Amino acid sequence: MSTQESEDRLELLQGTLDLLILRTLIFGPQHGQGIARAIQQTSDEELLVEHGALYPALQRLEERRWISAKWGISTNNRKARFYSLTSAGRKQLVKETTRWKRLAAAIGRILVSEEG
Amino acid sequence: MFRRKRKTGDFSAEIEAHIQHETERLREQGLSDEDARAAARRAFGNVTKSRERFYKSGRWLWWDNLWRDIRFALRLLRKSPGFAAVAVATLAMAIGANAVVFSILNALILRPLNVPQAESLYEIQRTISKYPMQSYPDYLDLRDRNRRFDGLAAFNLNAAGLDTGENPTRVWVYEVSGNYFDALGIQPYLGRFIHASDEHGPDSAPYIVLTYTYWHTNFQDDRGVVGRKILVNKHPFTIVGVAPPEFHGTVLFLSPDLFIPIVNHGQLEAENNLNDRGNRWVFMVIGHLKAGVSPAQAVADLNSIGSYLEKTYPKDDGHMSFALTRPGLIGDVLGPPIRAFVTGLMLLAGLILLAACANLGSLFAARAADRSREVALRLALGASRLRILRQLFTEAILISLVGGAVGLWVSVVVLRGLSVWQPFARIPLHVPVTPDANVYGVALLLTLASGFLFGAVPVRQVLHTNPYEIVKSGSMGRAGRRISVRDVLLVTQIALCAVLVTSSMVAVRGMVRSLHSNFGIEPRNVTLVNTSLNMAGYSGDAVPPMQRRMIDAAQTIPGVISVGLVDEPPLSGGGNTKNVFTDTTTDLRPGNAAAQPSIFDISPEYFDAAGTPLLLGRALSWHDDKNSPRVAVVNQEFARRVFGSAAHAVGGYFKSRDGTRIQVVGIVEDGKYLSLTEDQQPAMFLPILQSPSSESWLVVRANGQVPQLGEAIKTTLRGLDAGLPLFIETWDQAMTLVLFGPLMATLSLGVFGAIGALLSLTGIFGMAAYSVSKRLRELGIRMALGAQRKQVLQAALGRAFKLLAFGSAAGLVLGILASRVLASIVYSATPRDPLVLAGVVLAMALLGLLATWIPAQRALSLDPVALLREE
Repeated sequence: MSTQESEDRLELLQGTLDLLILRTLIFGPQHGQGIARAIQQTSDEELLVEHGALYPALQRLEERRWISAKWGISTNNRKARFYSLTSAGRKQLVKETTRWKRLAAAIGRILVSEEG
Repeated sequence: MFRRKRKTGDFSAEIEAHIQHETERLREQGLSDEDARAAARRAFGNVTKSRERFYKSGRWLWWDNLWRDIRFALRLLRKSPGFAAVAVATLAMAIGANAVVFSILNALILRPLNVPQAESLYEIQRTISKYPMQSYPDYLDLRDRNRRFDGLAAFNLNAAGLDTGENPTRVWVYEVSGNYFDALGIQPYLGRFIHASDEHGPDSAPYIVLTYTYWHTNFQDDRGVVGRKILVNKHPFTIVGVAPPEFHGTVLFLSPDLFIPIVNHGQLEAENNLNDRGNRWVFMVIGHLKAGVSPAQAVADLNSIGSYLEKTYPKDDGHMSFALTRPGLIGDVLGPPIRAFVTGLMLLAGLILLAACANLGSLFAARAADRSREVALRLALGASRLRILRQLFTEAILISLVGGAVGLWVSVVVLRGLSVWQPFARIPLHVPVTPDANVYGVALLLTLASGFLFGAVPVRQVLHTNPYEIVKSGSMGRAGRRISVRDVLLVTQIALCAVLVTSSMVAVRGMVRSLHSNFGIEPRNVTLVNTSLNMAGYSGDAVPPMQRRMIDAAQTIPGVISVGLVDEPPLSGGGNTKNVFTDTTTDLRPGNAAAQPSIFDISPEYFDAAGTPLLLGRALSWHDDKNSPRVAVVNQEFARRVFGSAAHAVGGYFKSRDGTRIQVVGIVEDGKYLSLTEDQQPAMFLPILQSPSSESWLVVRANGQVPQLGEAIKTTLRGLDAGLPLFIETWDQAMTLVLFGPLMATLSLGVFGAIGALLSLTGIFGMAAYSVSKRLRELGIRMALGAQRKQVLQAALGRAFKLLAFGSAAGLVLGILASRVLASIVYSATPRDPLVLAGVVLAMALLGLLATWIPAQRALSLDPVALLREE
């Protein structure tokens, strides 16, 4: 069902995936599929996360030591690789969030003025 | 960079887990098993692409490529084992030579003495002399008046007879000032050290400190040795302590057996020199500079003390200005020649490495040319040039690493041998040249550097490869270039090798010549017996009769022709010099001296036994004793300097430092006295009855080789006194000390020359073999068209020979220029020697013939028909 509707969803802007991952992980450790689900659900199924793109992003964040990973057992008793936020990642999240808000506000102002 | 890498398998497992999770979720939403799985996969997108992105993001790609390059290089090398073996052996030789020489440099020059704060430890030396000796009263003044040193210590090298109750043995001692150990800042291993508070005037401190080595080998680590009494030169001493294992004295070349207070000097020597200000016998004065004091400030302070001494003691102290040097290599005595020699060796070793790199570089260039088709194919298939260069470098570095490892291994074996080597029977050497971290580091650095150096030679070739042309025509058609990089490399390499061969020949020839030159003595068939009557408890008037008895006793041994006695024979590593004045001089200050001859106290038969020809006048006799006028025999140089000519000298008088008039009664032939390379020095010989010395060397000349002569001498002399410490060696052996420098120079240059010859051999061989194999087809066609053997050879090898001749000539000229330096080390080494020139030319020509023999045979045995059919 959900996959059928994918055409109507919004594609992610370049560079926003990292921010969304970090934001999702603030609620505690989560595995890749969980992160993808969480982003989709919290955005009211508006945002499309291509699952294949998620993992290189996770890999990148891990190499920057913003998140750390550990194999564990998921709620439905399967093996999964769980990611959690590091303190460096927390700082990065704050920084990125501020940046994003400023960007969004600026773009919003421009769009509003054009409408007016 | 060094974090553990995540494996690809781990990443795949994660993706699989994701798809399973997603499938399960979809199934819960009501999809069938199959649909759910398909949908999950769709949502994931391209799994392979995702994996690829992961792979590229990590550093896996880099490592994988490296691993692939290494495996490829290994495969290639296995395919040409000859090339690999030659390359590895060449580099192993070069790296090994460098590692050995650098270890020696490291041990002798870079590594300081093994004492705390060695960097602030200096030796005090008078600027007028390159020797460090001071007189004891001067030392006391320097110690007490200076304000820039943290205590000045003095020590003297001496030998003593040690009697622990059994066989009396001769030991090497440092006579040390009371503050010696405290000034150096060393703690005892066992018991206590000697301190300044032990000194209460002459012979007041009968204490001994053993070195760890002596304690270990002669007292079997017996901790109860402290407090034990032993006899030194028949005087009782008490062992108070043992020095730590890492302390081997303050001169690199002489590690002592024990330490004795210098105030007890009178018990070691017949005459007590502690109060003689003009007698500079204290071997060295050393001390740590106070913190923050510069050497210049210390020198200024010392010089002000010096001018005070000059004013106060004008008769004894002249030229009292000072300089600071390093004690390890005895300041300016051994320091400059050893430093020059080792640095020179290091340069030559560097040349060898360069030659080896040139050699390998041309081999690699040839190889790259052979592989031009493969390279072109890879380029055509889309490989980047960078990738291909990386592969070539991997191969070069691989070879250099293997070669370096082999070379280092060989050098470690050689150095282990050198470290325990004792070239001099009489003098204990302690120069640990075993490699340390420095050596390994330098070897690795040189290895990598040379790998990149010779690996870089074919770079241009690869960068300019035109894949289209090569795949089309089969090989690089670069006939236009007259002189290739390879030619230049070969000429350079041959020139470098010719330098090595030339200098080794110059050295060997100089050595041979110096062995046959006139020393003023005839060492063959002479046995030297060193004994100190002082060590056996004889002193004063008891000494001369005993010496006479020893001479007479030795004379009765069958096979002995003549026996003489001397206080210390020439060219045995030591010697005394004293100022003499003309008869008319009245002001006997050091500055007015007419000459500073070597002094030998001899028995009348000495000239016969030593083989020194008497030219004029008479020899000395047993009648020249205390009751008759003082006489001397002098050498020609002495006569020239003091009297103007030999004819004037006989019958003439000269004065010694204390004003005694001495008459010259005879002239002997000039000789060498302290070293083989010295300029002609004056010498005088005094009768032992007028100038007594308890230090005695019997010079025993035998009638040819007499078996068991040493044993016979020992039995005979021990028959006179069982307590005599004896040390017996042939004169040739005793001369190893003065021959050591030139011998080492000759040996190392000989080895370098051999390595150089070997390198040029492989270099020419590689070049010739390559040029023949490259032109097989052309040669075949020439032969088919009727070319003669001579013409074929000329076509095949003419270029190799031309390069060889050019390189050799350049090397010969360079070698002759470089050999001027050699003349200072190897006595009578001169490059302007027709034999050397002819030798070098002959050697290089032989090498050329040898190296081109196999390629020439290959060219001549070509079967043109078979060859032409092949293509």
